[in-house]
Amino acid sequence: MFQTLIEILPGVLLGGFVLGCVYAMIAIGYTMVYGVLQLINFAHSEIFMIGAVAGLEITRGLQAHVQQPYLLLLCALLGASATGAFTAMAVERLAYRPLRRRGSTNRLVPLITAIGVSFLLQDLVKLTEALWHNEFFLKFPTIDAFNYTIELPYNTLLQVKSIVVIVISLLMALLMYFVVNKTRLGLSIRAVAQDPRAASLMGINPDKVIAHTFGIGGALGGVAGVLFGLQYSVLSPYVGFIPGVKAFTAAVLGGIGSMPGALVGGLLLGQLETIGGTYLPLLTDGNIGTEYKDIIAFLILIVLLLFRPQGLLGSAAPEKV
Amino acid sequence: MNQNKTLQNNTDNKYHLKTIFPILTILAGVLLVFKAHSSFAFLFLMASLLGSMIVRVQTKLLTSLFVFTLLVALPVAGFKNSFLLELATQAGIYAALALGLNIVVGMAGLLDLGFSAFFAVGAYTWAIVGSSQGSEIFPGVFPLPGGFFYLFLIVAVFTAAFLGVIVGLPALRLRGDYLAIVTLGLGEVVRVLANNLDHPINITNGPKGITPIQRPPVELLSNILNFFGLKSDNAMTYSLFFYLLVLLLIGIVIVFNLRLAKSRFGRAWNAIRENEIAARAMGVNLLRTKLLAFATGAAFSGVMGAVYAAKQTFVSPESFTLLQSITILSMVILGGMGNVAGAVLGACIVTVLNIDVLKSMSEFLGQMRQSGHIYDFWLFSINPANIPEQLEPAKYERMVFGIILILMMIFRPEGLLPPKRDEEKTNASGA
Repeated sequence: MFQTLIEILPGVLLGGFVLGCVYAMIAIGYTMVYGVLQLINFAHSEIFMIGAVAGLEITRGLQAHVQQPYLLLLCALLGASATGAFTAMAVERLAYRPLRRRGSTNRLVPLITAIGVSFLLQDLVKLTEALWHNEFFLKFPTIDAFNYTIELPYNTLLQVKSIVVIVISLLMALLMYFVVNKTRLGLSIRAVAQDPRAASLMGINPDKVIAHTFGIGGALGGVAGVLFGLQYSVLSPYVGFIPGVKAFTAAVLGGIGSMPGALVGGLLLGQLETIGGTYLPLLTDGNIGTEYKDIIAFLILIVLLLFRPQGLLGSAAPEKV
Repeated sequence: MNQNKTLQNNTDNKYHLKTIFPILTILAGVLLVFKAHSSFAFLFLMASLLGSMIVRVQTKLLTSLFVFTLLVALPVAGFKNSFLLELATQAGIYAALALGLNIVVGMAGLLDLGFSAFFAVGAYTWAIVGSSQGSEIFPGVFPLPGGFFYLFLIVAVFTAAFLGVIVGLPALRLRGDYLAIVTLGLGEVVRVLANNLDHPINITNGPKGITPIQRPPVELLSNILNFFGLKSDNAMTYSLFFYLLVLLLIGIVIVFNLRLAKSRFGRAWNAIRENEIAARAMGVNLLRTKLLAFATGAAFSGVMGAVYAAKQTFVSPESFTLLQSITILSMVILGGMGNVAGAVLGACIVTVLNIDVLKSMSEFLGQMRQSGHIYDFWLFSINPANIPEQLEPAKYERMVFGIILILMMIFRPEGLLPPKRDEEKTNASGA
């Protein structure tokens, strides 16, 4: 018994790492928007889903013409990140900005709007797919080169697509770190996050910065969507919800508003969930099934919020009176 | 001065409306009684009733209009067209849920996105003991006879309220938007549990759901109907029975709601909604007050869950999803957060939209597809047969709720029927 548990461990850890990378990328989007607006952008999970569907459509459309698998993937990634960025900015412009203009202080208002946007986007994608293909349960096209399996020591199997997911997400995380910390745009994002009023006095247009933040987060969400589709292949308009909530959990776990926190939180949550989902059924003879892995994330979230609401890497913000 | 004049004009206009709308209501009611299958008559009745409410017809007249609509027009018309009763019962169940959520979201300002969990607990409470499912846990007496239903209505109140307290104890310590995401998670947890608790002990029968569930006996009602010389088959009697039961429960829930809103707790809820820190400074015990709101809302939801289980004779985890929670939320938002009439109104509109309008659109589209008629427009033509089958308006309720939530938040966050509060006054004096 113990022997088997140890034997499958490398594979489980690897699976957890891949999942964690996807979570981390979505979590960065949540964290950035939360940083500037203090808004849980529920619609971000739908941006992720739209990215996945866009990537799927592009891959499907170009598969016959583009033979090079990496070029195909690049097209899908670029297209999906553009779609994600565009959708996120449109959502910000049409739904969130009117609320800011009115200057309502009620925190429930933007949150409820975000839920509405999320539901609307789900059905818009469903409608598009229904009109286009008469089918909205989609399957990501298989690209043979990415399904090639490498055998690692300790009987661990590694698919090329997992490497792709890991490499791209780490690159994107590095890129984000660079953008936020080393560019003028990043500087203005940080300024608006700290104090929008003071930032606007320094000649920064907060609306523009917020729109750019949504755009960056959306692009990242789109990339995460393509990688998710590549790795797990089954997609539908409702596929965003669970990863979205998990990624939010990851963002809170790492400390919401903190980018390294989102990365750490995502990777940690991916590991915990995969380990829990694999070992719980084994240890309880299947009495506690894999489905309970969804519960793990929520339990972590609750316990964490009770004992360390600022997250692992976040700093405690005093309550303003 | 000028303002005064327009005010005068307004009241003058409203004076006419105050007589027109009640007359329209009566007319619509009579029309519905004679033409029970007309969707138009039903919507007309609802609209004129709503109109009477908005122009603030005198309370006595309004009450009698409601009594006429709910106890005369609808049941009599429903006798001819049982779909009306079904619609009204469904709207009633949702109205009670919306009233429950209204306490949590509207009065106390706590955004709860897992509200259907409490509904599920109430439904499963009766479903398990009211079917042979109970024997899987304690072999023997199950299913309990239908008469026990009334007892378990009360049990469902307590199980749901208990769950509300259990969930609330950790969750309500959190700040506003964290609470939303945690309750969303807990709603999912309840669904996952309902889906998976068929092993090792079979409690919920998993994704297959539980059926058949006992219904309470209706001999009394059918005897009464017979006494008046009305022939009614079993299904019809049950429709009428559940309609009346839901009406009774709604009445109780509304009385509770109104009394609570005016009580010390109601004021405390308002206080924490407006400013938590100030409320705490005034000596409001935050956790206890929030827990009470959570438990009360849950209790309303639980009792309707039990009614739902008995009415449908079938429960499965499919009925208690996030979609359900958001449906209830959009009812509260649409009607007006914190207002009893608003919550009921929101529930009626959304239910009618959901199970009447969208379904009719689906049927209409289906007929168009079958007819084979090609619609020629000036620049293009549409052949309905080519409209994909996946395009079914009835399946797009998410889009409807999404649009409702967004538009309401942008243009009218206080809802269609905003609660009468004194905040305008305080705002004016503050500014």
